Amino acid sequence: MTDRLHVGTRKGLFEFVRSDGGWEITDVQFLGDPVSAVLADVDGSVWAALDLGHFGAKLWRRDPGGAWREMAVPTFPPKPEDATEDPHPWSLGKIWVLEPGGVPGRLWAGTMPGGLFCSDDGGSSWSLNETLWRMPERRCWAGVAGGEQPGINSVLIDPRNPSDIRIGVSTAGVWASADAGASWSVINRGMYAEYLPPELRENPIAQDVHRLARCAAHPEIVWCQHHNGVFRSEDAGATWRELEAIRPSKFGFAVAAHPSDADTAWFVPAIKDERRIPVDGEVVVARTRDGGRSFEILRHGLPQRHAYDLVYRHALAVDGSGEQLAFGSTTGGLWTSEDGGDSWTMPETRLPPVAVVRFAPG
Amino acid sequence: MATVSFTSALQRFLPAPSAQVEGGTVGTALAAVFASHPVLRGYVLDDQGALRRHVAIYVNGEPVRDRLRLTDPVASRDEIYVFQALSGG
Repeated sequence: MTDRLHVGTRKGLFEFVRSDGGWEITDVQFLGDPVSAVLADVDGSVWAALDLGHFGAKLWRRDPGGAWREMAVPTFPPKPEDATEDPHPWSLGKIWVLEPGGVPGRLWAGTMPGGLFCSDDGGSSWSLNETLWRMPERRCWAGVAGGEQPGINSVLIDPRNPSDIRIGVSTAGVWASADAGASWSVINRGMYAEYLPPELRENPIAQDVHRLARCAAHPEIVWCQHHNGVFRSEDAGATWRELEAIRPSKFGFAVAAHPSDADTAWFVPAIKDERRIPVDGEVVVARTRDGGRSFEILRHGLPQRHAYDLVYRHALAVDGSGEQLAFGSTTGGLWTSEDGGDSWTMPETRLPPVAVVRFAPG
Repeated sequence: MATVSFTSALQRFLPAPSAQVEGGTVGTALAAVFASHPVLRGYVLDDQGALRRHVAIYVNGEPVRDRLRLTDPVASRDEIYVFQALSGG
């Protein structure tokens, strides 16, 4: 199990280290600034994306020696004259997710307003995936999260083939590329958007994919927390089966996939969808160990009275062991488990609202 | 020479010293500053070169009119002030 955890919040980045006494904060960076994405590398590097509001999205990197420096951010090309009907801005809103690319130095960044960027030099420079950005269908992508901009919230790289990519988009379904981003297609079948008119409900591009998680040892297994339910795919995101056994509710944002057990995943359900609070004021984690046929409700160590914590889509994480988990909430809760979620403990801290929780590689 | 000054709110993130620049337009005046402080550009302008939504620029106490192309004229001895627009309570 890894002993290092990065927690990005509305008011800074907190690094926790686990010792005999539990998890403790050992470093605080960007205090007061919103952190929108975090990634840690096995060599000790850490990338942190900031969403400064007034002054835009920023990217910082901590090198293995411990020094932080500001990096280039992904930028969009000049908006062409004939793109006046594009409903989305050609300017970086925020970096929503950072993922390693499966080859040395490569990173992927999923952003609002829906641009996918790649870096082959550890984040020193970025290039927009022009193919995806210039697809006419992108203009049909819808805004999310209280904003007008669509966002790429998940980037899944096949561990066996770094050219095989899936992205999850709020709101535009699941898109796939088998050639490192040279071509793309929307692939998801089997999801439904119950708030849309009947003729649009099963439209793949209309699906609000809150978050995707892939089993590293069995990459064809992908889990999805969707706006209207929980789904599982056994063919890398092409077809989806709804997991109707999810409880206590089917709404939520976060999902984590066990790194080696294809049948195990975790979700953090909430009341859908205008309220967005835990059912009955009880914070629980839902775990399946049988591919979604049944779910256990895990609550030991979690607040069970008048708790109104919501867990955002990047705020639930599992480490490489599959036994250690962590999640953070909009009210600053942070809980960790070392037994697959059977029991949870909370570090001695009161954090700002948590946006992203990420273990350092073990 | 015109003077370009930046809000102290920016100084929290990176050096943004006042600068003396040639007149012309707001865009050319800022470009002259960004030439020696390239990272600062992304804090003030968006990817299309427009003024960020929550950043304001005043010239001699008046807000600039052209936030997209920054074509407002700047004369010698003008005072350009770059600051964050208030948002929230």
